[in-house]
Amino acid sequence: MTDEILRVDDLVVEFPQSGWRKPPFRALKGVSVAVGAGETLGIVGESGSGKSTLGRAVLGLAPVTSGTVTYEGRDISHLSRRRRRELGNDIQVVFQDPYTSLNPSLTIGDTLSEPLTQAGISGAEARRRVKDLLDRVGMPADSVQRLPKEFSGGQRQRIAIARALALEPKLIVCDEPVSALDLTTQQRVLDLFIEIQERTGVAYLFISHDLSVIRHISHRVAVVYHGEVVEQGDVDKVTTAPDHPYTQRLLLASPVPDPIAQARRRAERQAVIRS
Amino acid sequence: MSSEFTAVLPIGKPARKRGSVVVRALRNPSGLVAGVVIAIVFAVAVLADVIAPYGAQESDLSRLFEHGGDGHLLGTDGAGRDVLSLLIYGARSSLIGAAIAVGVSMLVGIPTGLIAGFYGRWFDQIGTWISSAILALPGIVVLLAFRASVSTSMWAAMLVFGVLLAPSFFTLVRAAVRSVRNELYVDAARVTGVSDARIISRHVLTIVRAPIVIQAAMVAALGLMIQAGLEFLGMGDRETASWGQSLNEGFQNIYRADHLILWPGLALGITIAAFALFANALRDALDAADAPRTPPAPPEASSVDPSVVPATTGDLVSIRGLRIAYGSGDDASEVVHGIDLDLDAGKVVGLVGESGSGKTQTALAVLGLLPDGGRITAGTISIDGRTTTLTQRISMLGRDIGYIPQEPMSNLDPAFTIGNQLVEPLRRHLGIGRREAEARALALLERVGIPEPERLMRSYPHQISGGMAQRVLIAGAVACEPRLLIADEPTTALDVTIQAEILDLLRDLQQERGMGLLIVTHNFGVVADICDEVYVMQMGVLVEHQAAGDLFAEPRHEYTRALLGASLEGGPSRRQREKEQLR
Repeated sequence: MTDEILRVDDLVVEFPQSGWRKPPFRALKGVSVAVGAGETLGIVGESGSGKSTLGRAVLGLAPVTSGTVTYEGRDISHLSRRRRRELGNDIQVVFQDPYTSLNPSLTIGDTLSEPLTQAGISGAEARRRVKDLLDRVGMPADSVQRLPKEFSGGQRQRIAIARALALEPKLIVCDEPVSALDLTTQQRVLDLFIEIQERTGVAYLFISHDLSVIRHISHRVAVVYHGEVVEQGDVDKVTTAPDHPYTQRLLLASPVPDPIAQARRRAERQAVIRS
Repeated sequence: MSSEFTAVLPIGKPARKRGSVVVRALRNPSGLVAGVVIAIVFAVAVLADVIAPYGAQESDLSRLFEHGGDGHLLGTDGAGRDVLSLLIYGARSSLIGAAIAVGVSMLVGIPTGLIAGFYGRWFDQIGTWISSAILALPGIVVLLAFRASVSTSMWAAMLVFGVLLAPSFFTLVRAAVRSVRNELYVDAARVTGVSDARIISRHVLTIVRAPIVIQAAMVAALGLMIQAGLEFLGMGDRETASWGQSLNEGFQNIYRADHLILWPGLALGITIAAFALFANALRDALDAADAPRTPPAPPEASSVDPSVVPATTGDLVSIRGLRIAYGSGDDASEVVHGIDLDLDAGKVVGLVGESGSGKTQTALAVLGLLPDGGRITAGTISIDGRTTTLTQRISMLGRDIGYIPQEPMSNLDPAFTIGNQLVEPLRRHLGIGRREAEARALALLERVGIPEPERLMRSYPHQISGGMAQRVLIAGAVACEPRLLIADEPTTALDVTIQAEILDLLRDLQQERGMGLLIVTHNFGVVADICDEVYVMQMGVLVEHQAAGDLFAEPRHEYTRALLGASLEGGPSRRQREKEQLR
């Protein structure tokens, strides 16, 4: 891989459990992945697999028990809040739920100008940049004075993408960003992600439970199961001819929107289960 | 791709943002009256020196206990002072007292609540202990003891009272902050590098601002009341005019001059009521703030495919001209605009659409389970060829109609064991004994693929996974061998590997028992897997109806085509598309 931007080595994340002398819960058990500049690494897994924890650890929102997260050659596993703040320009995030990822009482303009103000850009320049950001995600300029509740899920997700783009980051962690959206909206938001990547060369760590979404947007894929990466490699290989039995099961379980092809896939899956 | 199906962008003037809760509270009549009263009392207190006809302590010993008139509008008291002037000056000291109580309790309670809620840990622990300890103190006793041993000043007493009330702000702010602390937008701000102080002032305070204002109005009313109470008991300062002080003196002369207790009593009562009503109006305004977006207009009738007009009627379910609306009168909004749907026994029919299409509303209408405010405004639902009423359909639930909901977890009662929740309906519907019902439940659980049914019967819902819970609900739905099964997004909340197993189970059960299955879903993969026929809904209108095979091979309506086109499953990968572009 050329120009590695993010490297995660043998990452272990543990969360303390309530209850006396209960051992901590191990969400990630030694995960290693890498993201190249301008590429999309898809992280696919089912609920409780630890895929979201991986994203949160990269963002500094989950505690790193052991192992390292390296960004552009710099170890960022245990940064102080202040040093982390400087990274805000480089690593950004788009969350799953467009309804809770925007502060309901702040206008879109306030939400979008927050990262800019943080970076010392204010006044007319910030307003110009906010307009520009809205334009880039296909939202009208008068959204600035509106509150999040006036927008639909897909429109809110566009605004969340605009916020992530504000500081022109090199890496965006996308945590299930299209799962809460309707089918047609989902496709349009994914196309927006791809278009932005092609134009700005930003890299994505793209987390989803949906193999078809991952296949649509990723260059390479890592499959997470019970806190471990069970398989990783090129998208075509992993999503069409996977090696690991879990990935095979995942692939065969995803229904195809075609009755004949689906009947075939179902028979194949049932044969695998019986064997 | 065309933007035709995109959600409509908001138009018109953007909603006002700051202070809007107060403005909305003033639109409510009782809020307006209360606001005006509070404003008048404030104005009187500020302008006391200008508007009072006499000085506060100016007495005319030749005119004692006079009733109204002749230069003294409301009469005079036992020291020959003007009652109206006393009231006017009294407003000032009463409000100052209340303001001290509110100010101190906010000053103490809000910052500590913010820190305790945001950072938690030891500060939260200690803060909560202190707050609980203060709440346990009897306020009046503390105030009396304070006056007896430390200071006789009423202001000092109100200061102490403010501290006593601080826990109400502390607990309010702490709880509100804890609920916002883990919101995704706070995480997003953290990732951007926003400092804690800024996160608190921008993201947290904006959320807790409105409840704080409400609490302040309530505390102000309480402060007025306690202060007047203390003064009435004779703890006040005789040198300053205040309503409580006037009440105290009026009470001593109640038989000689009852007007002395009337006016300060009225002033106090009205002002306290105004603060309390204003707090209520604020709360109402806050509750109404989350009004839903108005739904977009339905598509033109002409765009509807002729296939949706049925030639024959379904022998199990037949819906004709079904309209569903929420609200009443002018506020009513129709969510389903007259649809026809048929289901034959032994067939699986899919009802597909995006959010807001009305597919779930249609299914719930058949079940007779429309949420509050929703009702069928036109059309008929026939089951087995007979038109049914709402009560008939409800009485068929569980026995003739089985229902599988979307969220398995929220449809099991956490207080009862799984066994209990399966056995009780069986006993009720079939009139069988406990032992027989238990045997049946065990057999059902085994049938839906649960490995250790005995153990599961003794489990509580929180001890099992979502997939298991859905199997339990399916077992419950088919327990009384219904002929119609309605499943509302039965696999949406589940992982894809579990989804495949649940679909297998549903298909097997449906074929084994010859049930008619109406399945509501947004997923065309699920439709392809299980459905014989498909209805496509868009914004409350049926746009297409075909046999499943034909629908995928030749979708007739452009909306169906758009939906199928947006399905990513089976499409080219990113790499394949990029290679394609290079060529």
